[in-house]
Amino acid sequence: MTDASNPLLILLVILPLMAAPVCVLMRNAVAAWSLSLVVAWAVLGISIKLLMELNTTPTMYYRIGGWDAPWGIEYVLDPVGGFVILIVAVIGALSMTYAKASIEKEIPSERIYLFYAMMMLCLSGLLGIAITGDAFNLFVFLEISSLSSYVLISLGRDRRALSSAFKYLVMGTIGATFYIIGVGMMYMMTGTLNMADLSTILPTIADTRTIMAALAFLTVGISLKLALFPLHMWLPGAYAFAPSVVTVFLAATATKVSLYVLLRIFYTVFGNVDVFATFPIQPLLMTMALAAMFVASLAAIWQHNIKRMLAYSSVAQIGYMVLGVAIASEAGLTGGILHLFNHALMKGALFMAVGAMVFATGAVTLKDLEGMGRRMPLVMAAFVVGGLSLIGVPLTVGFVSKWVLVSAALDAGMWPLAALILASSLLAIVYVWRVVEVAYLRPVPEGAPAPAQVPLSMLLPMWALALMTLWFGINATLSTDLATQAARNLMGGL
Amino acid sequence: MSDVFPGLLNYWIAIVLMMVGFYIVIAQGNLIKKIVGLNIFQVAVFVFYISMGKVKGGTAPILGEGIDVYSNPLPHFLILTAIVVGVATTSLALALIVRINTSFGTIEEDEILELEHADDAKEETS
Repeated sequence: MTDASNPLLILLVILPLMAAPVCVLMRNAVAAWSLSLVVAWAVLGISIKLLMELNTTPTMYYRIGGWDAPWGIEYVLDPVGGFVILIVAVIGALSMTYAKASIEKEIPSERIYLFYAMMMLCLSGLLGIAITGDAFNLFVFLEISSLSSYVLISLGRDRRALSSAFKYLVMGTIGATFYIIGVGMMYMMTGTLNMADLSTILPTIADTRTIMAALAFLTVGISLKLALFPLHMWLPGAYAFAPSVVTVFLAATATKVSLYVLLRIFYTVFGNVDVFATFPIQPLLMTMALAAMFVASLAAIWQHNIKRMLAYSSVAQIGYMVLGVAIASEAGLTGGILHLFNHALMKGALFMAVGAMVFATGAVTLKDLEGMGRRMPLVMAAFVVGGLSLIGVPLTVGFVSKWVLVSAALDAGMWPLAALILASSLLAIVYVWRVVEVAYLRPVPEGAPAPAQVPLSMLLPMWALALMTLWFGINATLSTDLATQAARNLMGGL
Repeated sequence: MSDVFPGLLNYWIAIVLMMVGFYIVIAQGNLIKKIVGLNIFQVAVFVFYISMGKVKGGTAPILGEGIDVYSNPLPHFLILTAIVVGVATTSLALALIVRINTSFGTIEEDEILELEHADDAKEETS
């Protein structure tokens, strides 16, 4: 055995979890921000260190309270988990840097310290999901991150933020409850909650009705959190009316982590069962993914609110990731995981650019963007980079992951799928072009006030993500290697 | 059949409760009633877990003389956690409803939806 106990795993969750109540006690916006910033960057440091250690020790664990698994709760880190943690940590650190200026303009100053407490809780929950090796513990982290994100969304200025947060709360709670029904059924049949332990016991009873029902509940529950079409109804409103930085953070991490949970269930918990051969899950996922790609892209074309347009585009992009999973080959899985990373980068950059425009001019609708290409050239350029990547233009990350997905579909002999991936990209051209046309080809409206100066603390994270979108599009070796390694590790269970 | 029905009565009850709660969440337009439905739905899952851990004739899991059959405590303690989560969810939902009521002036879903559409339309034309 090359695995090793590593206390850094627990630190990853404990640091933000402890920072949250401290933020509340400090009751001071600047102090709370400084603490959150330090914690977020420390988490990024830890996750990079862990990712490097994964090269030599492919599996690390930490047993809470010294209780051995399967009795105690165990935290496990493998290449997939490490990759997801890196994404969450990168976005967490950058959006925390971005948060200060953006949030001061968007929420009342007396509530700002509470905002940081919620961000810390959400970060802790998302990291916990990616690192825990216990099915019930995962539910607890899922609820920590969900409850804090309901609060974060409801902090938006518009009153529609409240109703969107409520809608998300109802659907999110149903999703989480479905998840515990599934876990309960598995516990009933196996007597264990530890994922590794579950995976050794499940093969003998995989064809019982209880386990089939459990998998169905787990899949539907997680799909709700993942916003897989047609369970995405909560997402557009929530992303459109949440404070800008919350949208950045959630769009780039929350749905990605949910996809990770789906992978964990299919490939770790049911790792020794051939899920796609035993259960009729492949046609279902594939249909939903394709429907998401087309219906959500079409919906995005008709939106006036830019954040809502990007939110619908997120639903479509989730379709690509699920499609990769549904192809059920190593290449398909690599494509799905790679798109998970790439989409986090480009959507982060896009929402940060929109946040900067909201900061400078209060723009929310397409019409407000008239002449924005000249009024805020740097910000708009970052938006265009993200937009091109959404379409999948070469030299951007979107191209790399779509390339991997298309070739995976061809390898699996599913050429209509490849054609559909390309066709749906055409829809992305339409909605991205609408913005570009308004921003660059229309004159600056007369009497428009000069946009406020956007501080560097917002511009730097935005450009960091936009440049990463380009960098990993030109030199995709690192991201593709990590995704391939993660996919191989997951499939290895088969 | 005798095995399916009376023997599994507790599971049938849990399923019926679950569906009642779920139906209320979907069908009711009043936000408070929705939350009540959500609670019934969650409590049904708690009942499901608790009855799962019960062993016929078993006592509480206490180490003592003459006690050799006892119920499985793990599902019960899992549900303690889930109850806490449920309480947090309910309180947050109620807090949101209060805020919705002050800013929309109603807690009926269809009226809120109308006001939202009006907001959307205003945004498009402005």
